Amino acid sequence: MDQLFVNLKHSILIFAGNFLPEWAVILISILISVTAIAVFGPVTMMYLTLLERKFVGRIQNRFGPNRVGKWGLLQPLADGVKMLTKEDIVPKGADHFAHFLAPVAIVIPALLVFAVVPFGRNMVAVDLSIGILFFLALSSTTTIWIFVAAWASRNKFSLLGGLRSVAQMVSYEIPMVLSVVPVLMVVGSFSTVAIVEAQSGWNWFVLTPWGLIGFVLFFLTGVAEVNRTPFDLPEGESEIVAGFHTEYSGMKFALFYMAEFMNSFTISAIVSTVYLGGWQGPWLPGWLWLLIKSYALILVMMWFRGTLPRFRVDQLMGFAWKFLLPLALLNIFAAGVWLAFARPVNYLLSAIIVALALFILYFANRPDMPKKRVYRYAVE
Amino acid sequence: MTEENLSTLATQTLEVSLGPQHPSTHGVFRMNATLDGETIVKLKPVMGYLHRNHEKLAEDMTYLGSMPYTDRLDYICSMTNNFAYALAVEKLAGLEVPERAEYIRIIMAELTRLVNHTLLIGFLLNDLGAFFTPVLYAFREREKILDLFESVSGSRMMCNYFRFGGVKIDFSPGFLEGVKSIIQNYPKFLDEFEKLLSENEILMARCQNVGVLSKELAISAGISGPMLRASGVPYDIRKVDGYSIYNRFNFRVPIGEVGDVYDRYYVRILEMRESIKILAQAVKEIPEGPFISPKGAAGAKAPRTFKPPKGQVYGRIEAPKGELGFYLVSDGSPKPYRYHVRPPSFINLTILEDMCIGNKIADAIVTLGSVDIVLGEVDR
Repeated sequence: MDQLFVNLKHSILIFAGNFLPEWAVILISILISVTAIAVFGPVTMMYLTLLERKFVGRIQNRFGPNRVGKWGLLQPLADGVKMLTKEDIVPKGADHFAHFLAPVAIVIPALLVFAVVPFGRNMVAVDLSIGILFFLALSSTTTIWIFVAAWASRNKFSLLGGLRSVAQMVSYEIPMVLSVVPVLMVVGSFSTVAIVEAQSGWNWFVLTPWGLIGFVLFFLTGVAEVNRTPFDLPEGESEIVAGFHTEYSGMKFALFYMAEFMNSFTISAIVSTVYLGGWQGPWLPGWLWLLIKSYALILVMMWFRGTLPRFRVDQLMGFAWKFLLPLALLNIFAAGVWLAFARPVNYLLSAIIVALALFILYFANRPDMPKKRVYRYAVE
Repeated sequence: MTEENLSTLATQTLEVSLGPQHPSTHGVFRMNATLDGETIVKLKPVMGYLHRNHEKLAEDMTYLGSMPYTDRLDYICSMTNNFAYALAVEKLAGLEVPERAEYIRIIMAELTRLVNHTLLIGFLLNDLGAFFTPVLYAFREREKILDLFESVSGSRMMCNYFRFGGVKIDFSPGFLEGVKSIIQNYPKFLDEFEKLLSENEILMARCQNVGVLSKELAISAGISGPMLRASGVPYDIRKVDGYSIYNRFNFRVPIGEVGDVYDRYYVRILEMRESIKILAQAVKEIPEGPFISPKGAAGAKAPRTFKPPKGQVYGRIEAPKGELGFYLVSDGSPKPYRYHVRPPSFINLTILEDMCIGNKIADAIVTLGSVDIVLGEVDR
């Protein structure tokens, strides 16, 4: 079971090798990987929308979509048809080419990062030696297309959303990269496959003190990176209508959603790869483990969406620069201490450092934190 | 770049028209905001998109004829609108109200206060970006009260239940049981709501010290209702006037200190708890007897014979949103010579710019939400 998809691809290639030259077989191998990703990505996105609507519906004491197909299972298809047949409106003053390019281009990095996600043992499209770097670099290019969309729409709400998005990306990219550094130090490689291999036998990085902090940091900054609640300022509905995609309709709008949901999936998959042991796990096949872990993180994101209000833009920046960034730096120090000492001692030392860091940052940030109030009543 | 260089940079302000079609302006309200980055430097409220000629229409109708129209002023609290109008006309015509009718009126008014404040808090959270979860739970509780309204008046929102000198009809036997169950269950709902929301870090950070309204400004601008009390002025018309039979009930008036959005939020929650106290007392003490005075009943049967003596009158109540007053001039005919409404949300809205300047655009939305406007009443 574990090698199901790997063996499937292998047997296709052997079959093709019987009557095709070698270069053609290599081409087919690439094509199979690409097709798998190109199908898996959008299908994941389609059903994530359904999952989100169902899950948030349950949080909100209602059912969610249940009319199209059993349990609304065909709802994503109906939505797809609706999106495709909708009128495509481009504002009069818009930059037509950029307005068209942005939603198309935004999907590309979202699909490309699937290449370095190790879905299971031997199940990675490309085992890049700089896998994590590739992921971080590509996922941050999404912001460029968000800004292009905002600029090209020639709408003030879009512009505000685009500017918010850029500011947010600049702030959150730094703690995000820094939060992965401890893992890279311990593993000694950028390759996602190597990172998973290093966590075999329940040595998940999340079970160490620095790993726990790193996991939380990476996940939070990841949520901010894909613009989801409570960091969804670029599309803050109640303030700037729909932010950067205010002027998009039909399939272009759907493409933004596709990029957002695929990014949420890949960020969850990468977080589970880096900190939760990736496809490692007992009994079940590896690819199933990765899916379980990723979906668990996605459900946490949806849980955020269903329950949390939104940050304000200055608070968002303050949170990144005053809390996440110093914590990420101190976390790197904790990981260094972990590497420098032997087994039982290092656990204790890095735990102490992490606890101290949290304690200090909590008190340093205390003046900015809101306070509880006591109310009185008018005297008769 | 140094501080000096920054100040010589040429920057432009951005003019944004929030509304009349905007997800968070609570209807067809419009704010013309001038932004410097995300900070508001100027804000001009534009209203009148929902103007329906309410006052002039009423001058061409019998006194009773405009009772259903008052439902449409603040369409969330039709009962209190009826109450204020009935009170003014009774003052004009010198009508007595039987004991039982007074109790029924108080029960209805306090239930309306619960409805209004519950909804407001839900929508305020929505403005904060909490994606409909609080508002749907608020709706769930509101439904229970609307069911009671339906049982007495036949309509859930447009009740048209009050008559001059009493109420339209006595309530059905199950009604008091329904009120009792609300008295029992509402505090539980409020406790849950508060536990989940009031001390939420994001909510506190977003609401505290935002949209501050000073005591002096609040008084000089004629602000009334929970907004005035949140600014620290202990002024409640139920206490000051003691209209109807409010002076028989034992309740307290919660007041805030800072006058920010958080105070307005919290004062309303505390007010709901006081309303429940009033309800409990009213349900316990309600006497048997007629629900409308004979003179009033005759007037309700034949509205054209209802001719108040010449004179003018101003009747006011503490509506959930503030001081709701009706100014009537009678020339002895069956129609009012002059009919004027003093709507609380309109007057409370005049101060919006003073509260918003210097804050972020996201704060303006929240501040507007905390003012608690209903466009039906603002524009009439």
